[in-house]
Amino acid sequence: MARMKFICDAERCIECNACVTACKNEHEVPWGVNRRRVVTLNDGVPGEKSISVACMHCSDAPCMAVCPVNCFYHTDEGVVLHNKDTCIGCGYCSYACPFGAPQFPSQGTFGVRGKMDKCTFCAGGPEAHGSEEEFKKYGRNRLAEGKLPACAEMCSTKALLGGDGDVIADIFRTRVITRGKGAEVWGWGTAYGSKQAGQPPQGAQPNGTANGGK
Amino acid sequence: MKAATFLAVALVLGTAACTEREQALYQGKAENGKPAYEGTGVSAFTAPGWTAGDRNSWEQELKARAQRGQNEYPRVN
Repeated sequence: MARMKFICDAERCIECNACVTACKNEHEVPWGVNRRRVVTLNDGVPGEKSISVACMHCSDAPCMAVCPVNCFYHTDEGVVLHNKDTCIGCGYCSYACPFGAPQFPSQGTFGVRGKMDKCTFCAGGPEAHGSEEEFKKYGRNRLAEGKLPACAEMCSTKALLGGDGDVIADIFRTRVITRGKGAEVWGWGTAYGSKQAGQPPQGAQPNGTANGGK
Repeated sequence: MKAATFLAVALVLGTAACTEREQALYQGKAENGKPAYEGTGVSAFTAPGWTAGDRNSWEQELKARAQRGQNEYPRVN
């Protein structure tokens, strides 16, 4: 199987926040913690674009690289999970993550910050699959139940796709070919690597004066 | 005799403090050691159409589920 991935189709997202609600409901996520949220660019302006953001389960995850206690791990399906028994709540992962995925409850073992919480791709955690301990710490383990993430399955416009990277890439490709626009998959280059990621756009001025800087 | 007993108790208590918890860092593996295709063992919440423990059937079910639930083109067109 390919690695599990998310795609958010900015052409389709209508900022309904059903993905956020589905996630909070499925995992009984406490107040102050949003494993997923919807970000709107140019809100209120004609042509605004919305994207649903959560942990992208990066192939080369920065959170994993900076964690001082090594609490992160990749599952066989490429899902980035963490062990809350090991986490010390230092917050380094929060600074490293380009998607703002790590969340910290306002009350917890370590006072104001607490142990980190993030999207698990509905794959639970290191405890036994489907156990009460796993649910309390990480939420439902839908993958082990033969299901896909609740946010993606709940999405009314199918803007958010989640699952096997090959399958959802095929779905997205069909969509783009049919409608003829919107092939830029938000966040994929950063999360899963690409030759274009981090490179200046073609034709850009090397000294950064293309935008008429001050 | 009394001194020997005291010494023995002190020795036991003293050496007990020398025991140390395992400090190896938790590295990259689920503690339960089970992959997702092993299932949860809770049939009430498990989606039908695949066999727990069979990796291939689990993968096929997830692929079929993604097409069924997230790709409206085959259904609409």
